[in-house]
Amino acid sequence: MLILGIESATSRVGCAIGGHEGTIASAHSSRGRRHAESLAPQIEFVAEQAGVQLADIGAIAIDIGPGLFTGLRVGVTTALALATTLRIPMIGVTSLDLLAFPVGHTHRMITAAVDARRGEVFHATYRPVPGGVQRITEPAVGEPEDLRSAIVAEAADVLIVGDGALAHRHLFEDVSGVEIADEVLAFPSASALVSLAHARAMREEFVRPDEIEPLYLRRPDAVAKWDTASS
Amino acid sequence: MTADRILGIETSCDETAAAVVRQGTDVMSSVVSSQIEIHQRYGGVVPEVASRAHVESIMPVIAQSIVEAGIEDHEVDAIAATHGPGLVGALLVGVSAAKAMSLVWDVPFIAMNHLESHLYAAFLEEPDLEMPLVVLLVSGGHTMLIVMEDHLRYRVLGSTLDDAAGEAFDKVARFMDLGYPGGPVVDRLAIDGDPAAIRFPRAMANDGWDFSFSGLKTAVVNHVRKHPDADVNDVAASFQEAVADVLVGKARRAAQEVGARGLCLAGGVAANSRLREKTLDVCVEDGYRAFLPSRAMCTDNAAMVAAAAWWRLQADGPSPLDIGANPSLRLPVS
Ligand SMILES: [Zn+2]
Repeated sequence: MLILGIESATSRVGCAIGGHEGTIASAHSSRGRRHAESLAPQIEFVAEQAGVQLADIGAIAIDIGPGLFTGLRVGVTTALALATTLRIPMIGVTSLDLLAFPVGHTHRMITAAVDARRGEVFHATYRPVPGGVQRITEPAVGEPEDLRSAIVAEAADVLIVGDGALAHRHLFEDVSGVEIADEVLAFPSASALVSLAHARAMREEFVRPDEIEPLYLRRPDAVAKWDTASS
Repeated sequence: MTADRILGIETSCDETAAAVVRQGTDVMSSVVSSQIEIHQRYGGVVPEVASRAHVESIMPVIAQSIVEAGIEDHEVDAIAATHGPGLVGALLVGVSAAKAMSLVWDVPFIAMNHLESHLYAAFLEEPDLEMPLVVLLVSGGHTMLIVMEDHLRYRVLGSTLDDAAGEAFDKVARFMDLGYPGGPVVDRLAIDGDPAAIRFPRAMANDGWDFSFSGLKTAVVNHVRKHPDADVNDVAASFQEAVADVLVGKARRAAQEVGARGLCLAGGVAANSRLREKTLDVCVEDGYRAFLPSRAMCTDNAAMVAAAAWWRLQADGPSPLDIGANPSLRLPVS
């Protein structure tokens, strides 16, 4: 089955087409928040490179976040529109899963951290298992200082990956047993999304478009303020 | 290039809307999913809340518009979406959906200007409107006096220097604790009030083409502070009268000056009953057509987007797929 993967939850935006023999074509750009301008032309380009018609695609995989709200919405809406119009199922994967998956060959624990801006990170922790990684904490948002304390308390060897780790490098680089993954691995990749989604597709773990929900992890400011004021 | 059936998509503010229109005038379907109830508690539209709600409702709304039009997917000949002006996060939802669907169906994508779309609402109900036409575009975000010389040819005579007309209604309603949105509430209360009870200022009524509503809002606030027991209906009616006086007064002068064949209202505030009544009155007196679109066509909808897109596609062809949202897009003037 051919899968089109779209990911736009960070400052990057990209897409890839692939199947059981891996990624056939992919594109990404880091034009800094210009997700809406880049994505549709990228999809057109990738389909052409792969030599496939969109009608040949069997499922749409989408990075559901957490990440930057605007980019995330461009990706999710595009994916929803493609899947609905092509009448094909979807596979939703979190951005944190996408960061942890490519570094699953390690023997250490893995912490994925996406820069949430405002001095916070989105994060989750994984353990390597045969053929992939297993998430052992729910995706959460918090201050990187707290994440550091949690890692120190665990006293395990940890590989920390993502632009959230890079943005707060000074907090993690002196912790013993902690290694910060290379910058080339710091952003979720559309190719990783397609591989991960393909494994799920083999197990028929599909969802309908109306079951896809962006993982914001943060309430809009006005909602948070209103809830505080009225409680 | 022409396209028979155009699917229009509108997500610039707090309505998720989709419609199918044939040949720019025949509305086959028009679906509007309003978020008013979601924003009510905040007393105004919260951009992040609006953007999230658009993501949830965009595909169901589009699907419904196609079902109600009684057509199949492959019978859509082009897709148009508002790309500005408006809330950037909200606009991107409609634009992204439209571009993705245009890729799958291999049909032209047309990026539309929300202000231009509002001007075309009138043609949906009256395809043979004669031009030049003076259009008063009044909403929560805009107050513009426009001369439409021909299709796609506009001149902006004036606009507001501070608050938009709809904003003035919202602010006055909020100060008086009447609820949100302010327009319909004030309109309803004014029915039982005396429009001549309080003489509120008519700012810039006789000079130039621009408008100013912040002084009027302040005058209402000061009056209510000074007279806490003032009759709410009288205040509402007098305030509404002042807004309508200024708007219609200038539109009337503009119509005389340009030799307009008619006067037309557009935008959410065009649903205001006193504004409609006054517009009709001056048109009858001065002897030209008044065009008051139905209330559903005044407020944001996607039928007007598809109608304007029919003309835009003929003139400019499809838009490139690398176009984004432009929250401060201006009306293209000739
Ligand atoms: Zn509008």
